Amino acid sequence: MLKKTPLGQVLGLGSAKAGTEHWWRQRVTAIAGIPLVVFLIGYLLMHRGASRAEIVASMHNPMVAILMGLTILNLVWHMRLGLQVVIEDYVRTGHTKYALMLLNTFFAWVMALAGVYAILKMSFGL
Amino acid sequence: MADTRNAGRPLSPHLQVYRGGLTMLMSIVHRVTGVALYAGTLLLVWWLAAGATSDQYFDMVQAVFGSWAGKLVLFGFTWALIHHTLGGIRHLVWDAGHGFELKDVEMGAKLTLASSIILTLVVWAIALGVS
Repeated sequence: MLKKTPLGQVLGLGSAKAGTEHWWRQRVTAIAGIPLVVFLIGYLLMHRGASRAEIVASMHNPMVAILMGLTILNLVWHMRLGLQVVIEDYVRTGHTKYALMLLNTFFAWVMALAGVYAILKMSFGL
Repeated sequence: MADTRNAGRPLSPHLQVYRGGLTMLMSIVHRVTGVALYAGTLLLVWWLAAGATSDQYFDMVQAVFGSWAGKLVLFGFTWALIHHTLGGIRHLVWDAGHGFELKDVEMGAKLTLASSIILTLVVWAIALGVS
């Protein structure tokens, strides 16, 4: 039994039809995350106890800067998708739920831009 | 919003009705480590920002991470990152349609947990210069 009005059916209304996209992006960022986590741990181990000058010098290598940038962006994307599911699972009421969803998005964007900005600033030699 | 649920409708079983087990624990831990890593992103970005700021500020941040409490947090961060990554691979195997037999699920849980602990200890042995 369809619980839709005939007009709704014709217009294809119903869910936002973004669920598959969300699920898929979480897998894409999960797969991308595997080599990037290996890079991150390897990088941090190689630079344990390094001075700021040494960290900045390492970022002059475009490969390092780009991989670190990818790590931050992939991590932020994956965590935003993940926390959205957690919020949807535990928070039922409208206002709290949407406030948390907004905060989740804002936090992700701030982390992404702050991280990339710092990497580029070091990479371009400051 | 009005409660539109039909009381007679079968509901998804709740956590309380199941006997606890390793696989249940692994599921919960995957989510908990994910949320912890969410907060941990702040530490990584803080460290990068310090690197882009000044020598004094970077040294201060390094001193915080190098302190007893800082090392403890980073140790937890390391385990959460490795465990969540390995748990993620376990999920990707399921997504590909493999490993749904009960014995495989149990084996995967034990393998993931053991590997995450061993790898974390290896990373920290290298980090602390233990050879």
